[in-house]
Amino acid sequence: MQTKNPGTARFEDKPTLLWGLLFGIVFGFLLQKGGATKYDVILGQLLLTDFTVLKIMLSAVLTGMIGIYAMKSLGWVQLNPKTGSAGMNVIGGLIFGVGFAVLGYCPGTIAGAIGNGYLDAAVGGLAGILIGTSLFAALYPRLNQGILKKGDFGDLTLPRLFKIHDWFVVVSVAGLILLLLYWLERAGL
Amino acid sequence: MMDLFTQVRWSPYGVGISIGILSWLTFFISKRPIACSTTFAKLGGMIEMLFRGDKVEQKPYYNKLQLVVDWQMMLVLGIVIGSLFSALLSGDFRWQWVPSTWESGFGSAALLRVGTALLGGVIIGFGSRWADGCTSGHGISGTLQLAVSSWISALCFFIGGILTAHLVFRLIG
Repeated sequence: MQTKNPGTARFEDKPTLLWGLLFGIVFGFLLQKGGATKYDVILGQLLLTDFTVLKIMLSAVLTGMIGIYAMKSLGWVQLNPKTGSAGMNVIGGLIFGVGFAVLGYCPGTIAGAIGNGYLDAAVGGLAGILIGTSLFAALYPRLNQGILKKGDFGDLTLPRLFKIHDWFVVVSVAGLILLLLYWLERAGL
Repeated sequence: MMDLFTQVRWSPYGVGISIGILSWLTFFISKRPIACSTTFAKLGGMIEMLFRGDKVEQKPYYNKLQLVVDWQMMLVLGIVIGSLFSALLSGDFRWQWVPSTWESGFGSAALLRVGTALLGGVIIGFGSRWADGCTSGHGISGTLQLAVSSWISALCFFIGGILTAHLVFRLIG
């Protein structure tokens, strides 16, 4: 990281920032067209009356996974799976879920909701998220010594967990996602 | 072709497949996964720096994250712009304080909805940092890399979310 003068922000290089902005514009456009920027659609998913969010996520994971693992096999990209632990991902995930239902947006879709004109997101939700992350930053030294380290499994992936070839897992997960989507459509959800 | 852009909604499968392809490009071109929640932690740290100066950067968590305006911050800014663009093209943009699902359970008072969104924001912001990711970083980018941390997190996001939504709307609302 580059050095800086006191009181000024540091920036990554311009091309990187421009690519980020461009990808973000496309992502936001897609989220809005999918309805994922709306409280009603997200709550519909959590109340199990509207499965739009799950359909978007599962088809994104299916498509993304096949392409990313193909590029990995060709040596074009490197994966960077996040490290984790039971204490981090189970407890943090459940806390996140509670907030997800109370807020009705998530950190990505709230940006889209703000673009869509939703003021509960722009005024209440955004301020809340900033308070929540700051609170975590304040508690981090203590949490990091304890609960976040419980049941640590590092940057484990499913192929390494089951000790089987990448593509065996990719094909199995793809099959399961297709089966779930087929079942959702057949059930008329 | 223009018709497509002025439509209010696209098929969730069309949207999902497009997001999947977008993730190929972010990995290939920018060497990074689509993710959002770290941006809010950095933004919080940067706002704190405005009031308390550069020593904020020495807090262990901000020191770990590095308070730099980066690719992901621009991605999140881009989401606002892209969504605005899509909503304006289709006529779906509107200023709205209270969503209809909320109104059906808890009435049309803006203050109650904004207060609840604030509370929900605190919880999800805190939880996203605890779990080290959100619905995009873990839920899409991490699961598609088959990361164990992300599959566990994504499952817990929905378990916590489904239980809480039912509790709030079926028992209270």
